[in-house]
Formats: sequence, structure tokens, C-alpha cells
Amino acid sequence: MSLSQNLDPYLPGSSLVHRLDPRVKVGWALGFILTVALTPPDAWPVGILLVAITAAVAILAEMPAGIVLRRAAMATPFALSALPLLFTVSGHELWTLPWGWTLTYEGAVRCVSVVMKSWLSVIMAGVLTATTRMPVLLGALRALGVPRLLVATVNLMWRYLFVLVAEARRLMHARSARSASSPRPGLHAGGSIAWRAKVTGGMAGSLFLRALARADRTYAAMVARGYDGDIRTLRLTPLTLHERISIILGLAGLGTVAGLGLLLWG
Amino acid sequence: MFATPMPMHIPDGFLSVIVSLVLWGISVIVIGFALKRVNTDLEERQIPLMGILAAAVFAGQMLNFSVTGGTSGHLLGAAIATILLGPWPAMLVMTCVVGVQAIVFQDGGLLALGANLFNMAIVGVTVAYFVQRLIQKLAGNRPWVTVVSGFASGWLSIFIASLACGLQLALSGTSPANIAIPAMAGIHALIGIGEGLITAGALAFVTSARSDLLTPEETPTPASRSLWVGGLALAVLLAVISPIASAHPDGLEWVAEQQGFLGRAQAPLYDLMPDYLLPGISNEALATVLAGIAGVGLVLIATIGVAMGRRRSSAT
Repeated sequence: MSLSQNLDPYLPGSSLVHRLDPRVKVGWALGFILTVALTPPDAWPVGILLVAITAAVAILAEMPAGIVLRRAAMATPFALSALPLLFTVSGHELWTLPWGWTLTYEGAVRCVSVVMKSWLSVIMAGVLTATTRMPVLLGALRALGVPRLLVATVNLMWRYLFVLVAEARRLMHARSARSASSPRPGLHAGGSIAWRAKVTGGMAGSLFLRALARADRTYAAMVARGYDGDIRTLRLTPLTLHERISIILGLAGLGTVAGLGLLLWG
Repeated sequence: MFATPMPMHIPDGFLSVIVSLVLWGISVIVIGFALKRVNTDLEERQIPLMGILAAAVFAGQMLNFSVTGGTSGHLLGAAIATILLGPWPAMLVMTCVVGVQAIVFQDGGLLALGANLFNMAIVGVTVAYFVQRLIQKLAGNRPWVTVVSGFASGWLSIFIASLACGLQLALSGTSPANIAIPAMAGIHALIGIGEGLITAGALAFVTSARSDLLTPEETPTPASRSLWVGGLALAVLLAVISPIASAHPDGLEWVAEQQGFLGRAQAPLYDLMPDYLLPGISNEALATVLAGIAGVGLVLIATIGVAMGRRRSSAT
């Protein structure tokens, strides 16, 4: 249904990025995000290079620009917390607000760099999940050392996520179907805030009870199919020499960029 | 796109590298310990149970109710997972939820994931566990106690986690402590009410439908006792440090400098603060946070008082 299309960030495709080994992609993405975090605020050439890398990867992955920008907007509400930087960093005064706050050049640089860093990181992580199916991504995380119990749990979580989100949506549909409202003033739907919260609490409670019952059924079905407490997954093929070299070269390149940024501007 | 309007998932870029790495280290150690506990304590049915409940927490975060003027109350789910599953599995469930939100939906960064896990999976769950056990110990196991402890643990877990979040932003030099901490605490003192109300409502529903799920815990093991103490310590520590930090941001700067948290470029950040660039906000900040803590204290005292009264009257 359209629901799963909304939720699953994977965009089917056969681009260069889609075909990369997931372990290579995860390694590069983490290296890139670390490099972005290490880049000093005023290292503009490094910043431009990082923007260019991000754009190049997004284009190679054949991601639609609209989706890239919409996902980048995810981190934007948090940018509010960087706004005070505009006024609290001392430096060259740009202009003074009527009530005495001073906007400084250095503050503006810091603020812009925080927002840009979060954007670039979000876009890169978005490309990773748009080009890698979740079970494959989890396999890569397992290969990179994430504990087996955690990976197995997330695997099951992913399998039932869509079912339970649909369940939650049905609960909300049912509630809005019960809550008629009138345009006439003084005749609004529902009771007090506490009453509305209680109704929502009841919905959450029944969602959890249904989830528990579903977990019991799932467990019974798994046992019937020979489950013995061990989740078996297909082993990924060992990394080829070519893939090993590309991971190392990619990380070395990113390390050089980070090192240059720190040396020249740090 | 699927977005939970929770201003608690820190994206990448807002935390300094050192703060991120330290919190990653703490989270890995604590979650590793939780994995070990769950592996030894619980049988094989735990994997489907935790996986499906993690999906339910994720889906439950969509449930909302309108409050006023377009704002709405939401569920984060740490408290309800703790009460239904017990602290260690709940920690893993929240780890899965927060991890999937970061990796799949970019709700929270990857480098910042350590900090987000610390705030929502570790602080949220341990504080919820501590509050719930405390109230239950004092008041016994009655239906209304479940509801009250649901509200208190939901609210306090959100509030304390937001203090941790504000403190991390301040330590990273992203927001000055006297703005970040009161802002986070203020917003989440309100968001926490929604969390508390939904948690209480959900527990009331579960109590009436399947009260067997909420049977009191077996005799406390040393590990669960240490978790209880940990929850208490985290709550007290964060509640004490944050007002101090927001009242004396230069003190935080001193700590940060001693630890080498702030580079040379960031050091001037706080130089302006002692001159009260934003006049009066420092005292206001202190007042806000102190009011929050006083609120926590009042809720706890009122709950304990009522519980004691009930216990005495039921004894006679």
C-alpha cells in the first residue's frame, strides 16, 4: 500500500551507489559524517569540497532532488538551538539589534556551519538508506560488529514496523470517525485535555496489548518452524580485495580532507 | 515523510566530536551490559517480544492528542516500555527505536546517536524505572498506584533526559548553557505532561484489560538495585548540575577548558556571558530550572503522602 511507500526510505534503483557493497557504503558514510564533524567552522574550501562530495554522491545515486531536500529539512527545527550563537560569539560586529544584542561575523559563521554540517550529514545518511535495503544494511552492521541480539531484534522490528504503524493509523482513523465536531462555536468535539489524553492513552494501551499478543503468536509460529533462539541470516560474501582497497582509499581521502581542514584552519 | 516532532533527537553537527565520542563510549558500555543481562536472564521468546514491542513504541509515537492552538501531546514510550518489560529489555527496545530512527529516518544523527541513546534509552529508562519502583515500594501495588506512577515516571523521564540533552549542547559550545538548558527543560516540562498523561492512560487500560501483565517484579536482584540507584543518581546529578551550569556558564566553560572540550576558537563563546549580554536571563534560567525541580519534589511528596495515607487507612 501507499503506507509502506511513505515509510520505507529505500528507493529502488540500479545506480552505481545502489550496487556498492553495503559494508563499503556504511564505512564511507560514517567516515564522511566524522569528517564533516571535524571540519572547523571557517574552513570554507573544505566546506565547499564536502558539499561537492555530497552533491556528487546524491547525483550518482540518482536521488530525486526533491526527496533529498525534504530529508535534509528533517534536521532544521533543531537549528533553533544554534541561533544564540549569532549573538554570543564575540568578534567583528555586523550590526546591533534595537535591544542591544550584537550580531557578530564569527557568530554567523559558527551558526551557518552548524546548520550546514547537520544538513550534509543528514543527506549522506539519507543516501545510504535510500540505496540500501534494510535487511542488507543490518547485515552490514552485523558484519561491522553490532551485537547479534540487537541486529536480530531490529530485524524483527523492521518486519513488524509497517504492520504496527498501520495498526496505529487504524486506531487514529477510528478515533476521528468517532469525534464529530461542529462549526458552531461552543460545540467542539471531545472533552477536556485530560479526557483526550485518556482516550489516547487507551489507544496506546490497546496498541501495546495487541503488540504483545502478536509477539506471542509470532513466537509460536517461529517455534513451529524450528526456531531455537538463534536467528540465522545469510552470511555476506567476504569483501573482495577491490572492496577492501576502496574502503581504505575512501577513508584515507576523507582523513586527508579532515586533517587539512584541522591543520590549515583549526 | 515520517517525522516525530520531538526536539530531543540531536542531529549531527550540533555536538562536538569529543562530547559525541564520550557519550558513544558510555552508551556502548551500558547497552552492552543490558544485552548481557537480557541474554542470560530471559528465554528465547525475548527476541520476537522485544522486536515487536520496539515496532509498537515506534508506531505509538504517532499517536497524539490535540492540546490547544495546533500543539499536540505525544508519546515517547520509554516509561511505558520500562513498566511493561522491565528495565533491561526496555533499554534494548528504546535502543532499537532510537537507532532505527537515526539510521533509517535521519531523525537524529549517526555521530550524535551515542548521545541520543544516552538521553532516551539510558537516562529515560533508568529514571522511569527508579520513579516507578519508588512509588510502588512506598504505596504498594494498587491500580491507582500504577496510573500515578505511570504519569510520574513518564513526565520525569522526559524532563531529566531533556536536561541531559541541554547539557550536552552546552558542553559542545553549540548553545550557551543559560539558554540551552532552560529552553530544553521548559519545552520538555510541557511535552512531558503529554507523555505522562498518555502513559497513565495506557497503563489504566492495560490494568483493566490484562492486569496480569503488571504483576510486581520478583525479588530485586543486585543488578536491578544498582539500576534503581543509577536512576536516582542520574536524576539527582542532572537536576543539580544543570541549574548550576545555566547559572554559571563561565563555570561550565572552565570545566570544558580543563577537559580540553573547547578549542581556542570556541573559548570566547562564554566571555560575553558574565557581562550579561542577555540581561537577567541567567537568574530567570535558574528560577525556571529550580521551579522544575521543586515541581518534581512536590509531585513526589504529594504522591508519597497520599500513598502513606491510603496505606494507613487500609490497614485500620
